[in-house]
Amino acid sequence: MIAWLRQHRRALAGAIARLAKASGLASAIVIGVALSLPAGGYALLENLRGLAGRLTLEPRLSVFLRPEAKRAETEALGAALRADARIAAARFVPREEALRELKATEGIAEVVAALERNPLPDAFVVSAKDQGAAALDALAADLRRLPAVVHVQADADWARRLAALAGIARLALAFLAALLGFALIAVTFNTIRLQILTRREEIEVSRLIGATDAFIRRPFYYLGLLQGLAGGGVALAIVATGLALLNGEVRVLAESYGSAFRLAFLGPVDAVAVVLLSGLLGWLGAFLSVSRHLR
Amino acid sequence: MVSFSAVAKRYPGGEEALREVSFSIAAGELAFVTGRSGAGKSTLLKLIPAIERPSAGSVLVNGQNVGALKRTAIPYLRRNLGLVFQDQKLLYDRSVYENVMLPLAFSDHGPREAARRARAALDKVGLLGREKANPIQLSGGEQQRLAIARAVVNRPSLLVADEPTANLDAESAARILEIFVAFNQVGVTVLIATHDQSLVERYGERVLRLADGRLASGATPA
Repeated sequence: MIAWLRQHRRALAGAIARLAKASGLASAIVIGVALSLPAGGYALLENLRGLAGRLTLEPRLSVFLRPEAKRAETEALGAALRADARIAAARFVPREEALRELKATEGIAEVVAALERNPLPDAFVVSAKDQGAAALDALAADLRRLPAVVHVQADADWARRLAALAGIARLALAFLAALLGFALIAVTFNTIRLQILTRREEIEVSRLIGATDAFIRRPFYYLGLLQGLAGGGVALAIVATGLALLNGEVRVLAESYGSAFRLAFLGPVDAVAVVLLSGLLGWLGAFLSVSRHLR
Repeated sequence: MVSFSAVAKRYPGGEEALREVSFSIAAGELAFVTGRSGAGKSTLLKLIPAIERPSAGSVLVNGQNVGALKRTAIPYLRRNLGLVFQDQKLLYDRSVYENVMLPLAFSDHGPREAARRARAALDKVGLLGREKANPIQLSGGEQQRLAIARAVVNRPSLLVADEPTANLDAESAARILEIFVAFNQVGVTVLIATHDQSLVERYGERVLRLADGRLASGATPA
């Protein structure tokens, strides 16, 4: 057992020494650059998701009343909405409450404060039972015909469009990650192939004097794993640098809207996952190369 | 120690290197395998560590039928043998010391014991003090002695050497053979292939003479 551990330690030390050489570092950088694209894209999407998460994605209809609508008209409309079987809930939002919510919104508080009078109408926020697009459209059309109603707005439309775009981006990113994962395997495969060619004599002699296949293959597996892990680390460094540079401009843009929004780096679990996945793919590349070239 | 029984070896091209070869080498014996180039000496020696497998017959080493060994068992057989190759197979990007340490890398010895054994092996072949040198800096005789040091560093009970004196001057060749004789005198079984008949005759040990792949003489000890 001790001898086995000693052999692993020696193989690991040899792999670290090989990785520290210029060719090993160059391969790790290539892997890191390739991985930084999906990792960076993922970080941006996560930020976008965080931003979109603050918006409601539940399809709701805002039913705005005529500014001159009487209290009785408002109550009648409320009763009509609650009686409609297609409506799950209807919440009355008085114009004063709407103004308070608007004042609480980042970036436009000063604009609202500058208004001489409340320009907002009373409104009902309606949640539909059937949240399908056709049902919502039909409901909105019917609500528009009700007395005292001046406008009906589907609140979640643009948020849903954003979510759909994010979904497409996520799919594209997954495809890119898979593609670059293959590239990582190919880079490691080739690096290990060159290492095997460079050390062919040593391998031949070792075999002749009693080295097992496991002993001969072990340093290459370690090299592939370390190269992948180092590549993952390089990718994280690139993403962190890129986000830090972008945040300079994002800060200016966000502050112009009165927001403190910043692009955040990947969470600890995601960051560790990037490095581990990269290491795993590196090991896989080494395994395939060794299986192909060390028979 | 080593026993060949009706061994034949035919290479994939159809060339028959050995035919009906039978002999035994007892533990502690020193024997030479002689014959002209192409007589089958190297093939015979390669069958012992299972570098080649017999086409027919059996090769027993320490009671193990090496021809029937699984691929995964071969490294463990080789670790118990000392092999000196015709072309030495030294690593020229490593130092003398690192070359001798190579077989110890996959042995069970700790670093201190490995270092002690490496120095002892180099001492036995007269290369202690040249540990840091590169093999390329050594003379032909010294390179051959380094190959022997690497072969004996795991203290094998059987030493197999293929043409260890080829391309050496008479004095260096004699020194190499003296080393083998010295190992034999401490109980190591030694089997040496050589085409140098005069060198063999000088030692008066057992000679297995091969001719066209057949054992012409020496099947039994004199």
